[in-house]
Amino acid sequence: MTLRVNGELAEVAFAPHKTLLEVLREDMGLTGTKHGCELGECGTCAVLVNGQPVLSCLALTVALEGHEITTIEGMAQGPDLHPLQTAFADLGAAQCGYCTPGILLTAQALLEQVPRPSLEQIQQALAGNLCRCTGYIKIYEAVELAAARMAGEPAEPRKESVYGWE
Amino acid sequence: MLRLPKFTYLQPKTVSEAVRMMADAGPEAMFVAGGTDLYPNMKRRQQTPQIVIGLAQLDRLRTIKGKPAEGMVLGAGATLTEVSENRRIRRAYPVLANAAELISTPLLRNMGSIGGNLLLDTRCNYYNQNYEWRKAIHFCMKKDGEICWVAPSSPRCWAVQSSDCAPVMVAIGAKVKLVSREGDRLISAAELYNNDGIEHLRKRPDELLTEIHLPPTNGWLATYWKLRRRGSFDFPVLGVASCLRLAGDGTVEDAKIILGGVGPSPLEAVAAQKAIVGKKLTEQTISEAAAAAYPVAKPLDNTDFAMTWRKDMARYYVSGTLRELAGLSPNGSAG
Amino acid sequence: MAGNNGSKANGLKVVGKPWKKVDAAEKCTGQTKFADDIFLPRMLHCKLLRSTVPHALIQNIDASQAVKSPGVKAVLLGRDLPTLYGIMPVAQDEYALAVDKVRMVGDPVAAVAALDEDAATEAVDRIDVEYELLPAIASIQEALDNPEPRIHEYGEYGNVHRRIAYEFGDMEAGFAEADFIREDTCFYEGNTHLPLEQHASVARFSHDGKLTLWSSTQNPHYLHRTLAKVLGLAASHVRVIATPCGGGFGGKCDPFNHDIVVSKLAMMTGRPVKICLTREEVFYCHRGRHPVLMRTKTGFKKDGAITAMHHRTFVDGGSYGGHGVASTFYTGVLQPTTYKIGRYKFDGVRVFTNKAPCGPKRGHGTPQPRFAQEVQMDKIAEQLGMDPAELRKRHLVEPNSITANWLRIGTIGLGKCIDKVLEGSGWKDRFRKMPHGKGLGLACSAYMTGAGTAIYWNSMPHSGVQLKLDRSGLVAVFCGTTEIGQGSDSMLAYIVAEVLGIDPFDIRVVTSDTDITPVDLGSYSSRVTLMAGNAAVQAAERAKDYLAQAVAEKLEVPASRLGFAERRVYDLESPDKGVSFIEAVELAETKFGTLGTTGSYKPPKAPGKFKGSGVGPSPAYSYCAAVAEVDVNPETGWVKVNRIWMAHDGGQSINPVLVMGQVEGSIYMGLGEALMEEMVYRGNRNVVHKFPSMLEYKSPTTLEMCDVVTYLLEDREPNGPFGAKEAGQGPLLPVPPAVANAVYDAVGVRIDEVPITPEKVLKAIRTKAKGQEGRYGPLTFPECEMPAPITVPTPQEGGDGKAVVREPVVEQK
Repeated sequence: MTLRVNGELAEVAFAPHKTLLEVLREDMGLTGTKHGCELGECGTCAVLVNGQPVLSCLALTVALEGHEITTIEGMAQGPDLHPLQTAFADLGAAQCGYCTPGILLTAQALLEQVPRPSLEQIQQALAGNLCRCTGYIKIYEAVELAAARMAGEPAEPRKESVYGWE
Repeated sequence: MLRLPKFTYLQPKTVSEAVRMMADAGPEAMFVAGGTDLYPNMKRRQQTPQIVIGLAQLDRLRTIKGKPAEGMVLGAGATLTEVSENRRIRRAYPVLANAAELISTPLLRNMGSIGGNLLLDTRCNYYNQNYEWRKAIHFCMKKDGEICWVAPSSPRCWAVQSSDCAPVMVAIGAKVKLVSREGDRLISAAELYNNDGIEHLRKRPDELLTEIHLPPTNGWLATYWKLRRRGSFDFPVLGVASCLRLAGDGTVEDAKIILGGVGPSPLEAVAAQKAIVGKKLTEQTISEAAAAAYPVAKPLDNTDFAMTWRKDMARYYVSGTLRELAGLSPNGSAG
Repeated sequence: MAGNNGSKANGLKVVGKPWKKVDAAEKCTGQTKFADDIFLPRMLHCKLLRSTVPHALIQNIDASQAVKSPGVKAVLLGRDLPTLYGIMPVAQDEYALAVDKVRMVGDPVAAVAALDEDAATEAVDRIDVEYELLPAIASIQEALDNPEPRIHEYGEYGNVHRRIAYEFGDMEAGFAEADFIREDTCFYEGNTHLPLEQHASVARFSHDGKLTLWSSTQNPHYLHRTLAKVLGLAASHVRVIATPCGGGFGGKCDPFNHDIVVSKLAMMTGRPVKICLTREEVFYCHRGRHPVLMRTKTGFKKDGAITAMHHRTFVDGGSYGGHGVASTFYTGVLQPTTYKIGRYKFDGVRVFTNKAPCGPKRGHGTPQPRFAQEVQMDKIAEQLGMDPAELRKRHLVEPNSITANWLRIGTIGLGKCIDKVLEGSGWKDRFRKMPHGKGLGLACSAYMTGAGTAIYWNSMPHSGVQLKLDRSGLVAVFCGTTEIGQGSDSMLAYIVAEVLGIDPFDIRVVTSDTDITPVDLGSYSSRVTLMAGNAAVQAAERAKDYLAQAVAEKLEVPASRLGFAERRVYDLESPDKGVSFIEAVELAETKFGTLGTTGSYKPPKAPGKFKGSGVGPSPAYSYCAAVAEVDVNPETGWVKVNRIWMAHDGGQSINPVLVMGQVEGSIYMGLGEALMEEMVYRGNRNVVHKFPSMLEYKSPTTLEMCDVVTYLLEDREPNGPFGAKEAGQGPLLPVPPAVANAVYDAVGVRIDEVPITPEKVLKAIRTKAKGQEGRYGPLTFPECEMPAPITVPTPQEGGDGKAVVREPVVEQK
């Protein structure tokens, strides 16, 4: 079967009952997509299908022929990190890093739709991605920072985000 | 990694091909649209179809058409995101857009279909568990066992109706189109559901839900309140859909108050409806309706939260929906 | 040594700055290899058969069908691994696979290695186990009431695993000095870590008899010891590589069944073997927060001074020992570290139950008693008509003092922390002054910066660092620490970069590989920054000496006059005169030969000299104060936490943005515990876990997380590297009591139980409306015969830290 992943066509052979999560990780070596429950209850395995974030653990791969699939491996353009990836690094928004791929892709889809999201829009968009490390705060700040930079502003993390309040 | 069992996957290109495949395959087969209900159940071996008929290629099932004044028609395969973000739906049927938007998470709504949500398997803390867990309690009558652990003396299954859209569709009087090789039929949403945790649908297994016919928007008002622990992920452990038609002076001409999440099917609070029909919505009448709704809710200890509190909340939620529709000062959501 | 670095802190170039983490780019691009991301040629997949009964003797296991199942390469049973283990020497009570009995639903009984996971699953289904059922124990009370059948044959008696009793000072005199005495009972439900990464491990056994295990463990060192013991291999032939850990929070500290099982299967098959647990299995591994029932009797004066406290805990341990003995100590030992307590008595009882074993979760054993104490402080303030902040501030533990139970306190910034959160929250104008349904609550806490004692007794370093420098200019840091998201790899780079005057990204950090890296005990007890950080300082200072000597010769200036900064080594008196860092290394390599240094760290000796005094001492204690603002709906009991103000005294931040992340993450986890997370079981249905799933175990989403306002107090701690203390655990502790106290401020009811759910709040509101006490919480407290306490006079009483011998009387409590 031919799958279109990160802009490239790939011939992949796999058992027909395998989910996209399994095929990406086990048959294509794209282990950047993680998993936390395999039941659609945590959002860790999120990837983009046609630009929309979905749960790869509940997506049957054979039904996805002809769709554009984006994984975390396809987020950076060549050697350049996506502004979201840079902002996450700047703010320590990836602690253990396990929910990070799914959150980055979900945030990327948000910014495509809403270039300057409000805090509430960020919270709503990420309401299906659990994170146990960060309390989400640094993630919100990183999405806001990336959005500002993508809008061409020379934005830096806020002082309170980095050093705490006075 | 929790994996799907092996099965045969068929991908029909048309509705007629889909129903033919189903008729040929018989009881071993199931339809799947978004897969967000069926695949977890298959991974936990709660549902074990040998043949799965995927509806992903039936683009016709994803259309949203019609005018609100005449009643819109939703393709059953439209995703919950498509329904909740559709401009006409948002404007003309905000109750539905709202209910759809309250389902699970954005990720799941990008996959799950409106039809799938209406047909959602009933849920129970003794049932939505994997095979080994269920083995540890010697299974339950809904799958592989004999007894209902929630109500061991009961002859029936008390798994809970957990769709957010179902009570809304029943309340507003939507209809659903079921297609099979035997022909098509259009039944009311209320008729789709059966008050039994196992046989919770009146849709035959060989029938495919293709369309949802929303009623014309001709003056009724409706709202939906959902109770759950978290603002996302969680299924409703109580959902109240109220739909009213008000006369010019505010008298209630017609009322539907439907409780979801507190029984195996959406439950009509008939006495609560009676308490307000022919009257104006006042603190007094609303409080009477809420009290009348209380005994209708039959929560048991098989979802999140203590069942007595959930039952208490039925009163509060019915009151909340009616206050909202009456334009009275809100009593604030429970959660 | 480490502590002296404070003098240089003014000129810090790296420490204290918000650098990126050294692994940030990898983590943000999906390149980080977690254990389940490892795929080796010919790798087999392992599945475990787990018990479906809570308590039973194993009569027979028939694996004959599994052996014949397609794709199966090996089947493993308990008798193949008959050696007991456990992380604590006093609790060697686990088998890799059950040998003769099972103690909980989910206990591993057999294992299969097969070509793929499907084949392994199918084979496991074909194993038949015959059980002889035993009555099961589901609660603390049941464990006390039913000494038989015993879940374990060891322990004190019946199903009581361990009792501990300490008396610091003359309690009678202490209570006699009090103007008031109050006794409060509360309960803290168990909860679990819920790391997003499910535990995984991959084992490879080479034909020269050496084992390599990649594991999601937090503590490769203890796993290393366990593998050697259970597998009967020389420790030098066992290599444990802790892969980056996708969330630990204490849940991956213990050596686990599956780690041992895949190792054995690799030895049997000669092929690599992997296991990745399902989410349900992660719940069975647990080792999370113990359910603890507490009663605290406190005597206090009119000004709130605590003259005596008798704190009692019953700890529901679940089915195995694990860290449980230490956890039980922690339900009492840190109580005297915040406010002065004249005399202190502590009784703790841990019982076995047929549930998943409890253990160390973020805050290990201390959030429960902290909840008890901080809620009681709120009640004392109410009783005395004092502002609860004033009450606390008036009786803070003094810096550089020794507590009644012989813990040495160094720096304490708690007073400043309280002031910060009062100011931020507008406490003066809002506490007890907001409309019905809105409330503010204050709570404080203290936590250790590293346990002063190793889990097994030894006098060796707790952490070691090696440095390698060569002519490329690269500095490689080797250390046994484990990166679990807290930033320990980065911390090593920052500290070494600071000392050597280079950029952290000039450094290669190699960690958590028992073959290659010096021993570090593990990522637990908030010990890594202080201990490995101090070891890194020492190693880097030694490297700096080499470089300085070589450069001094070249520049013809005294070595003491050399500065290290911006990748240069230069004359402090004429900064233009100097060499590049690379040149400095070349000079040193020329002068001394191949360059390598080491550093190590051992905590200072604790002042207590009695049996059991090893639990509680720490080189430094962090302090926190928090104010929570809540909305409570009086008609439904629903509690919404709007905002938490948190001030954290963590010493000098090595990297403030990472400290912020730790504080925010701790608040998050504390909020989940406060409001919704609970590990609960169906006692009447075979003691199954009620909902071992991500969906039904309620972890807060973005929509439940509250706003956070964080203040960092960075007064330097002399024992910490560059003055650092801990940040990863302490800020969790004040969250649940702050929420409980805020609920009281909002609607006037006391919820003496965690989690604080709407059902409980509404019940209390309704009880209050009926004119009864507006409270929800335990009413009774179990009886248990306690041994004679270890009696130690307090420092104030003139004690010397040793126990005094008393007539052995059995006390009835």
